Amino acid sequence: MVEITDTPKRMNMIEAINSALDVMLTRDPDVVLMGEDIGYFGGVFRATAGLQAKHGNTRVFDTPISECGIIGAGVGMAAYGLRPVPEIQFADYIYPGLDQLVSEAARMRYRSANDYICPMTVRSPFGGGIFGGQTHSQSPESLFTHICGIKTVISSNPYDAKGLLIAAIEDNDPVIFFEPKRIYNGPFTGYYDRPVEPWAKHDGSDVPTDYYRIELGKAATVREGQALTILVYGTMVHVVKSVVDEVGIDAEIIDLRTLLPLDIEAIDTSVKKTGRCMVVHEATRTSGFGAELAALVQERCFYHLEAPVERVTGFDTPYPHSLEWAYFPGPVRIARALEKIMKD
Amino acid sequence: MTDKKSNLGPLRLHIPEPKFRPGDEADFSDIVVPPVDLIAKPDEASTPASIQDLAYGLVRVLDDDGQAKGSWNPGLNADQLRLMLRNMMMVRAFDDRMFRAQRQGKTSFYMKSTGEEATSVATTMALASDDMTFPSYRQQGILITRGYPLVQMMNQIYSNRSDHLKGRQLPIMYSAPSHSFFSVSGNLATQYPQAVGWAMASASRGDTRISAVWCGEGSTAEGDFHAAMTFAAVYNAPVIMQVVNNQWAISSFSGIAGGERTTFAARGVGYGIASLRVDGNDPLAVYAAMRWAADRARTNNGPTFIEYFTYRAEGHSTSDDPEAYRAAKEYDKWPLGDPVNRLKAHLILLGEWTEEQHADQAAELTDSVKKMQKEAEANGILGHGLHHPFDTMFEDVFEEMPWHLKEQAAELHEEQEAKFGTEWEPS
Repeated sequence: MVEITDTPKRMNMIEAINSALDVMLTRDPDVVLMGEDIGYFGGVFRATAGLQAKHGNTRVFDTPISECGIIGAGVGMAAYGLRPVPEIQFADYIYPGLDQLVSEAARMRYRSANDYICPMTVRSPFGGGIFGGQTHSQSPESLFTHICGIKTVISSNPYDAKGLLIAAIEDNDPVIFFEPKRIYNGPFTGYYDRPVEPWAKHDGSDVPTDYYRIELGKAATVREGQALTILVYGTMVHVVKSVVDEVGIDAEIIDLRTLLPLDIEAIDTSVKKTGRCMVVHEATRTSGFGAELAALVQERCFYHLEAPVERVTGFDTPYPHSLEWAYFPGPVRIARALEKIMKD
Repeated sequence: MTDKKSNLGPLRLHIPEPKFRPGDEADFSDIVVPPVDLIAKPDEASTPASIQDLAYGLVRVLDDDGQAKGSWNPGLNADQLRLMLRNMMMVRAFDDRMFRAQRQGKTSFYMKSTGEEATSVATTMALASDDMTFPSYRQQGILITRGYPLVQMMNQIYSNRSDHLKGRQLPIMYSAPSHSFFSVSGNLATQYPQAVGWAMASASRGDTRISAVWCGEGSTAEGDFHAAMTFAAVYNAPVIMQVVNNQWAISSFSGIAGGERTTFAARGVGYGIASLRVDGNDPLAVYAAMRWAADRARTNNGPTFIEYFTYRAEGHSTSDDPEAYRAAKEYDKWPLGDPVNRLKAHLILLGEWTEEQHADQAAELTDSVKKMQKEAEANGILGHGLHHPFDTMFEDVFEEMPWHLKEQAAELHEEQEAKFGTEWEPS
């Protein structure tokens, strides 16, 4: 599904997202961007920098501080025929807009039997690791995978971020596009006391400046291996990769990229091959997306499993400010889990 | 800092209570009904600040004798008035049959709009046919006024094989893009920010269409309502936001939504939105207010907020008994009368209508609704098997059905076979 037409440029995740938005604003007059501080200022994380100046203030504009209003107006704009791409400044702020997402956007196609649809992509930075405290660090993805009628997409590198965001905007159903803000500027090994390396030195930062898309619902195998399968997404892809390299285990790492619809084939094939499965996410554990993955793996691959499915997650507490790194499922937690699953 | 409080009594929590409950004799003599044209119609380009009085007054055209008077008189001709009367009577005839159908067990639910017909019929007549409407659950009058087929409404109410919503929605939650009528949600006031977003989109595209949205006074307490008011004001959106204040939200009187303190129209003043309070049982006042608001929106003078002061003559829905929470016969005492009777009296006064014509028309409409009901019932009634095929349950969750829904559809097939044997065919 990838069409590369031009010379790639080194981009970090923010630049790749900005490029995706720019490409879509240029290609499709129905695309509009709105959100808090996204216009003149270009967004608190700079994802929309320069876009208002280039595309005009009726296509890229600031909104009142009302997530209910942002999403609700987006539903109405979509009903008119536009393709709104609202930004929710932090995923932690999305809850006032939840009714409009759950009861309206997600069910519009179904309840109206295709009379009205909601091709809206809600972008929002999520996840911790930036000392954001309990209101700027949450990972609420499982709230959205539980809703029928909405897709949930999370990318782990600039190349994927651009291709997936373009596919999300072109999708005719509502999409939640969570951006792992910890890796906006560079991938993260999980060692918070080491300097961040910029994206330019890493895979995935060669980003074509033109249009391309990555199909939703397709996982990526980040590392092939035989010992076990690790299912992961977002920031944790990099942490897991770094631990696997450090421990020297032959793990197969699958970056899910889209949580719903899930690439079940990729999971199925890999777990049946390796016989072991570990799920890693930063979100709290109970009823987290890992629970769904563990259930699916045991339903489909039970007779191939040599050990129970292992979950490595954040703890079931709010994200604590000063104890951020005690909450975060870092290298030690992952390495201990690897040891356990390989012993069983 | 002062710590001396010993001479004060204890604090008291105020819980609003309606004046009358079952067993009481309703008395509405405290409701102020100002004379017609107490506040003249302002220019459509007036600033919201210059017309704040209108949020506290009551726009009226028809006086107690049925005469149309004053600057708000929209000056409709006799044919238009008769059409308005006919549309309202059709809503009433439709409501009566569908209420009865629910009582006969043919469907699960129905909601009448008795006493409030003007707020959806007269408003719709004041809009262009392609202006977008975002109704709440009690604006069947919009569809009827726009000539939507009644049989299709009934098919929806019966969730039968011909229901174009495939039997997915609770009765009366219609959807009709062909008639610029948005999909009705069961969640309250969610349509408010959506209507504003639609109007913003229309304005950003240099379109000429405006949008109009309805909600009840009870749901003005929802956050969506206030988000919508903020957005409408901020972006000067070409939208008309209407509150049908029918005094009751199921069993909660308007005081539970803040009606003891000020008018609902006054909600708009703080947002800087032009706001009108209108006699909702006066079809000509309702028409005139909507027309004024539509002209404002069309000329980029921004949003208008309208409260229709009316009364819900029947229960909230087929699921509640109003005699359990309010005084009997309140509606008979309602000081603003009944919209059908008022327009009828006006037409008779003009010499353009007679009691006989009125009775004939009522009978004709009832007959025609009965005929359509038979036609709809031939497509099935709820719970009698003539529903959409099982597979439609999994369609339209997404544009393309993902694997997990395909698996679940197969699971349902197996379950049906287990219930009804291997001969079972999905239909």
